[in-house]
Amino acid sequence: MTRPRPRTPESESETRNPTGGGATAMRLIVPLQGVVQGRGGLILGSLIPCALFYFFQLYLKRHRSPKPGSNPTSPSQSSSNLSDLQRSSSRSNLSSRGSIGPVQVSSRASSIAKPNDSPYYIGLDRVSGDPYDRLDNPNGIIQLGLSENRLCFDLIEKWLSENTKDSVMGRDGADLSIGGIAPYQPSDGLMEFKVAMAGFMSQVMGRAVSFDPSQMVLTAGATPALEILCFCLADPGNAFLVPTPYYPGFDRDMRWRTGVELIPVHCRSTDNFIISITALDQAFNQTRKRGIKVRGILISNPSNPVGNLLPRETLYNLLDFAREKNIHIVSDEIFAGSMYGSEEFVSMAEILDMEDIDKNRIHIVYGLSKDLALPGFRVGVIYSFNESVLVAAKKLTRFSSISAPTQRLLISMVSDTRFIQEYIETNKKRIREMHDLFVEGLKQLGIKCAQSCAGLYCWADMSGLISFYSEKGELELWDKLLNIAKINVTPGSACHCIEPGWFRCCFTTLSQEDVVIVIERIRKVAETCKISS
Amino acid sequence: MRHLSTKATCNSHGQDSSYFLGWEEYEKNSYDKVQNPKGIIQMGLAENQLSFDLLESWLEKNPEPAGFKRDGKSIFRELALFQDYHGLPAFKKALVEFMAEIRGNRVSFDPNHMVLTAGATSANETLMFCLAEPGEAFLLPTPYYPGFDRDLKWRTGVEIVPIHCTSSNDFQITETALEAAYYEAQQCNLRVKGVLVTNPSNPLGTTLSRSELNLLISFITTKGIHLISDEIYSGTVFSSPGFVSVMEVLKDRNCDKSEVWDRVHIVYSLSKDLGLPGFRVGAIYSNDDMVVAAATKMSSFGLVSSQTQYLLSALLSDKKFTKNYISENQKRLKNRQNMLVMGLKRAGISCLKSNAGLFCWVNMRHLLRSDTFEAEMELWKKIVYDVRLNISPGSSCHCTEPGWFRVCFANMTEETLDLAIKRLKDFVVEHTANGHSKSNNSSKKSKRKLLPKWVLRLRDRDHEPDER
Repeated sequence: MTRPRPRTPESESETRNPTGGGATAMRLIVPLQGVVQGRGGLILGSLIPCALFYFFQLYLKRHRSPKPGSNPTSPSQSSSNLSDLQRSSSRSNLSSRGSIGPVQVSSRASSIAKPNDSPYYIGLDRVSGDPYDRLDNPNGIIQLGLSENRLCFDLIEKWLSENTKDSVMGRDGADLSIGGIAPYQPSDGLMEFKVAMAGFMSQVMGRAVSFDPSQMVLTAGATPALEILCFCLADPGNAFLVPTPYYPGFDRDMRWRTGVELIPVHCRSTDNFIISITALDQAFNQTRKRGIKVRGILISNPSNPVGNLLPRETLYNLLDFAREKNIHIVSDEIFAGSMYGSEEFVSMAEILDMEDIDKNRIHIVYGLSKDLALPGFRVGVIYSFNESVLVAAKKLTRFSSISAPTQRLLISMVSDTRFIQEYIETNKKRIREMHDLFVEGLKQLGIKCAQSCAGLYCWADMSGLISFYSEKGELELWDKLLNIAKINVTPGSACHCIEPGWFRCCFTTLSQEDVVIVIERIRKVAETCKISS
Repeated sequence: MRHLSTKATCNSHGQDSSYFLGWEEYEKNSYDKVQNPKGIIQMGLAENQLSFDLLESWLEKNPEPAGFKRDGKSIFRELALFQDYHGLPAFKKALVEFMAEIRGNRVSFDPNHMVLTAGATSANETLMFCLAEPGEAFLLPTPYYPGFDRDLKWRTGVEIVPIHCTSSNDFQITETALEAAYYEAQQCNLRVKGVLVTNPSNPLGTTLSRSELNLLISFITTKGIHLISDEIYSGTVFSSPGFVSVMEVLKDRNCDKSEVWDRVHIVYSLSKDLGLPGFRVGAIYSNDDMVVAAATKMSSFGLVSSQTQYLLSALLSDKKFTKNYISENQKRLKNRQNMLVMGLKRAGISCLKSNAGLFCWVNMRHLLRSDTFEAEMELWKKIVYDVRLNISPGSSCHCTEPGWFRVCFANMTEETLDLAIKRLKDFVVEHTANGHSKSNNSSKKSKRKLLPKWVLRLRDRDHEPDER
């Protein structure tokens, strides 16, 4: 749930002024006050109020605007008065059976079509309007708000140039048969691709766990994977608990069409933003008191936007909690292969491997958008231990299947274990280099980052630069960074972080020279902030 | 066991309909010329496999797009990162031009009004999300594609109310039927949000006539509702009267700037016309800006792979190729359809006269034991298990009259089609000889009983022209 916006003084005064007939009614009623209070004697006290009341009702009746009509007459007969009323009346009124006028689009469509007011999306839009380019647009906005990895394309391009024959059409070498990829495929992905993905996931997670292809459902990206899981695990009006700060996209992906609610569970910098079971328990109870049923917990591990890993202990505690409350856990592990630190990533699957516990409540989401830097190809994975979920999810994949030529290409690439090993190691090295460079640069400016070892970004504490220690202050700084420093970073409030001043900065879209420029631009703004505070 | 959502546990996805059961049988015992010559021949899958060679030769002559290259340069990086839900501009442009070409360039489309989705399945569902609230309804003429029961209803909560069409007028949509359906919806307390038609029709294989389209436009104007025209088979029209798109009729009525213009939406896909269902390419075309805006954002849940978009943008931009492909593909479909129609005729089975699609709407009413759906099911089971052909019974398409079946012809070789026709013919002969079907003439029946079966078969064979 987004934090409620502070009410501006203007909006409050508006509600205080009654409009139209209401104001007239007020003026009539006030003089009656004396009469009503019995100061006019018995006759005056009863007769006059009654008479005035009668005339008052007559007045209102004559001036009441006609209702939106129960008669389905043609729209041309409606007066301007009527159409005015229609526009201001509530949506429930419009959807009543007798309303005049042609149908509108659904309420779902009109709410989705509205421009998104989260700084996360606003920033992305601004960059596409004025994107930085070292040669063509050196004063453009530098993108630090998109967690994309551009560091290792050279490796993939090299692989492609050495392996294209096998890639698109099939493995028959010279036989370019489109008959292999053109026809209908199983909507949840080719078995060959599932096998390849199971092997890939195991490899990026350090071979600590193996994945069973028959427990996998493939979809066109992690976005539909998450939505499908929501449809399977929750009914409209149910809720998921989500530790904050979390990826702004969840608000859209998990709620838009499913009708599911997200309840934030606030984590603190003192815990390095690792979820505490106390906070989880509290959130669970509060939600239940509101009469909302909690269906599960959604965690992202490695975390986005912080970039840390959930320790084994925490994973065990989460499992115990889920078991106690009889809810699901969805673990979004999409950054599992983007590790640069020395810590060890522990997947939920690994925990389940070791424990002899009820696995039906655990579901893992994965994809190739981050670890293999292929967001355009749309490859996502639902990995579940629950047979019913797998059956239901499989049926839902018909709305978001992976394109067959893409599956073909990636089967070859992802099964090439030697290439993948080289890729993982090189990727790790390059992310670490970029991370160290960027974090050091921020450090020079007095900006510290949260401890992190994974992801394509760092979680920077710029609270020292904001004038008011509040969401407002943070957004002011964000605005300065966007419009003056011309860099797009994601403010913590867009991620529902309860502590103001934190910003997510993605550095894997930059080159080393760009990092220098970015730090310089931040320095300029930082100096102005220090002067004003 | 943890609770799952009601959606996950309910059965409303229509997966149990006979349409899907036939498929399951086929999976267990698939025909293969060499390895399983007695297996079930798949005639329930509307796939176009007739023109792969054209696609393959194009790919061979144009290796760059498949290799992520443009003008010799690698554009892999841009494609790998491209996940903009507005779609690849070059692809959308090529797609709208292809759509216009199919319509004889009598209408044109604006790429900014197009939304790309992972297949028409996703496009139809997304439109439902955009146009209707849970519990509201869309009217669909019967018979209709069984998948709609799943695609339009499952996650959206929208209801389908049928518009009953009958063979008395070749299943055309009438004003009476439209009004009756609208009334029926109101009786059930369902607010009707629009009408969805498939043009050319699945399973009928016919194009909507101009008068039907005019009727629909007048109907939605009066009622103030939407019209969705699923034109996924528009490129498969192979004979007269030719394809008339609803956009064309709107233009002719000078409705371009009117209110109703915003309420007509088209769904398209490359799964049937290009025979590429595995590629997952679908599109929504709408003149309503809000629908386009909402659908664009919703398409995040089913984007088309950038690799595929790029490859197809190159293919469809090759105008020489598309012109040749469209006409050649139509020619081949026409021949195939003719083969099936003639073959069925020789078996004493007639079809609805069709000019499009990858299937025929076959009339087997005379083979039913009684004019009931139970009898239809009985016949269908015989055809699946004994004749070993997977065809789709009319009841799964919500047809109001028992005895109609959809039979596909474009997803197999000529040889296989021949075999299927032969099997069916043998079945019909045996069936009628055994007196299982309703006979029109009781005297004919008694005459038949006088002659032994082998003579009857011999007599029928004499009437056959050479089959190959």
